[in-house]
Amino acid sequence: MKYVEEFRARDLAKKLARGIAREADTGRQYNIMEFCGGHTHAIFRYGVQDLMPANINFVHGPGCPVCVLPIGRIDNAIDLVERHDVILCTYGDMLRVPASGRKSLLKAKAGGADVRMVYSTLDALKIARDNPGREVVFFAIGFETTTPPTAVALRQVRTEGLRNFSVFCNHVLTPPAIRSILDTPDTRDSGSVHIDGFLGPSHVSSIIGSQPYEALATQYRKPVIIAGFEPLDVMQSTLMLIRQLNEGRHEVENEYTRVVTREGNRKAQQLVAEVFELRPTFEWRGLGLMPHSALQIREAYAEFNAERRFEVPTIQASDVKGCECPTILRGVKRPTDCKLFGTVCTPESPMGSCMVSSEGACAAYWSYGRMRMPNPVGANAESVA
Amino acid sequence: MSAVIKRFPHRLDTRHGCVDMTHGSGGRAMAQLIEELFRKHLDNELLGQGNDQALFPVSAGRMVMSTDGHVISPLFFPGGDIGSLAVHGTINDVAMSGAKPLYLSAAFILEEGFPLADLDRIVISMATAASAAGVLVVTGDTKVVERGKGDGIFITTTGVGVVPEGIHISGDRARPGDAILVSGTMGDHGIAIMSSRENLQFEPRIKSDSAALHTLVAEMVNAVPDIHCLRDPTRGGLATTLNELAHQSGVGMRLNETDIPIDPAVTAACELLGLDPLYVANEGKLICICTAEDADRLLAVMQAHPQGRHAARIGEVVEDAHGFVQMETSFGGHRVIDWLAGEQLPRIC
Ligand code: SF4
Repeated sequence: MKYVEEFRARDLAKKLARGIAREADTGRQYNIMEFCGGHTHAIFRYGVQDLMPANINFVHGPGCPVCVLPIGRIDNAIDLVERHDVILCTYGDMLRVPASGRKSLLKAKAGGADVRMVYSTLDALKIARDNPGREVVFFAIGFETTTPPTAVALRQVRTEGLRNFSVFCNHVLTPPAIRSILDTPDTRDSGSVHIDGFLGPSHVSSIIGSQPYEALATQYRKPVIIAGFEPLDVMQSTLMLIRQLNEGRHEVENEYTRVVTREGNRKAQQLVAEVFELRPTFEWRGLGLMPHSALQIREAYAEFNAERRFEVPTIQASDVKGCECPTILRGVKRPTDCKLFGTVCTPESPMGSCMVSSEGACAAYWSYGRMRMPNPVGANAESVA
Repeated sequence: MSAVIKRFPHRLDTRHGCVDMTHGSGGRAMAQLIEELFRKHLDNELLGQGNDQALFPVSAGRMVMSTDGHVISPLFFPGGDIGSLAVHGTINDVAMSGAKPLYLSAAFILEEGFPLADLDRIVISMATAASAAGVLVVTGDTKVVERGKGDGIFITTTGVGVVPEGIHISGDRARPGDAILVSGTMGDHGIAIMSSRENLQFEPRIKSDSAALHTLVAEMVNAVPDIHCLRDPTRGGLATTLNELAHQSGVGMRLNETDIPIDPAVTAACELLGLDPLYVANEGKLICICTAEDADRLLAVMQAHPQGRHAARIGEVVEDAHGFVQMETSFGGHRVIDWLAGEQLPRIC
């Protein structure tokens, strides 16, 4: 069964690759930003680049929730667990992200702080129920896909009266980030990054729909394809983008019609709107402070807002010196442009967030693609860190 | 006239009793635990010597010895438990040299309060696994730590075995041109553990592949004495073990993703959890590297053994100064299969 499916995928991939090679104009370059780290991961995991003609260039975007969280927010989380003695529930990926002073949640945990890895908000709720005498904080991160479950959890705690539970909300939004990339001077003026079009994440659009990208596509004259996460989806979407570019169109098209509609999931949107509201401004790693780019917990749920309960301060923290995560997240540089890549910074001892998450560009380059580098750091090279 | 004085006035309560500090104190309670639980299930002549060491004759030739600490949560999982795992794990480490495993030792660290019923179940499972494998547990030790200072039970097993004449299996013997074989599907154990730990129910239920591989190995070395490398891809999975071998031998490897056997249920579970099955642990599988000429014969021998039914040839050893393990993906692209960094953690969205 498995073999049949795989052969079919391979066949389809070859067909699509031929289509792309036929339609891509050899006289030009196509710079395609895959916004989401999930796409970056798929491209590297399956070696999609190998099937593309040389003039198709994937630029990796900032759509990795772990990568874009500024260090100050991780410092806040460490503070919560160390100073306020809470049980901090977090998704596994966050544990290893370096914070200020070479700290991380993993190190805090090793030092005795009560950090628990959870798979869902349900796990966090259970921990709160099981530990009525302790404050339990859920470290909520993620784009529009992870927001509805956090909203459900907040509604649940209010109904249940689970007073020892609160949420440290770091949910961020996709469309403003794309807009910001198109607005940064790198892209707008100097032309050092040229982006011709975007692959938009399908799971985000399964919630918000494809419509939120429409104004953006028209205003900046950049086509957007809502793309699924299977490698075949990525290839099909790339072909659709090439067609639009060849024809001079800049529309929002939906490759992932199996799930995504123009309107998205109204129920989920209502749920999110009931619990969350736009934050006036939020800092993103690499993209800086962006207005209306993140969510905060509404007044009606304020008692479960960890930022209120523990008076979480705004911390301005800077990245490790030499780490190029900020420029990489804007698509300006590539991981291999970072001097620390593969020498001081490896997945074993990450210096920046892009090396931690499997959706981060540095981790993807290092783990899957480094044999393509001109002087690859060998598989068994000792890291100097 | 002399009344029979029972050594232990009350039988060990393996239904409702718990481990307490006296079970590790060296006194009567410990003696009773050993007699009524450990020795009852694991009994054999050597263990029955009742000394602090087991005395046995050695044969001429070369012996191997291996030790392994077992820490696992949950203790009982689909397809096995910490007891069977402790037996299989060490037998396999011994067998990966081509050796016939003979004897095991077992050291238990028990946490105060651990239910004796669970201990009983675990020791029975060890006994069953050992006798099925034809290996004796000949000596052991028990310690008890205070509540909160252990995780229920830790078991360390050590095994010894004899390597037949003319067998020279070692991780540094992979040569460019050699074939890479695996004995079956990858990732079953890790996914079984993870799904029972996280209370995820996959349909069909995924069972651990925990098994002793020495009889499979015996048939393999019998058919092809010149096997170059054998290793069981436990922690870190296939990817990590191949990187170890590539590193030790100073070679690179090329795999073909479509040839790597993976149970569709494991693939589906991995997709859901955002894991890569190549990095997920196995407890009843081996990787074998041999010359290309021997590969087909060896594969046939493996496939004829119950432990190797799904054996497959998955790639070859190549020359590569950088030591990369690379894979042609099911898609026709290429990628590196790297060492595992940290722990594999499920994804966020
Ligand atoms: S390689 Fe490491 S230090 Fe360099 S940009 Fe990536 S994460 Fe930052």
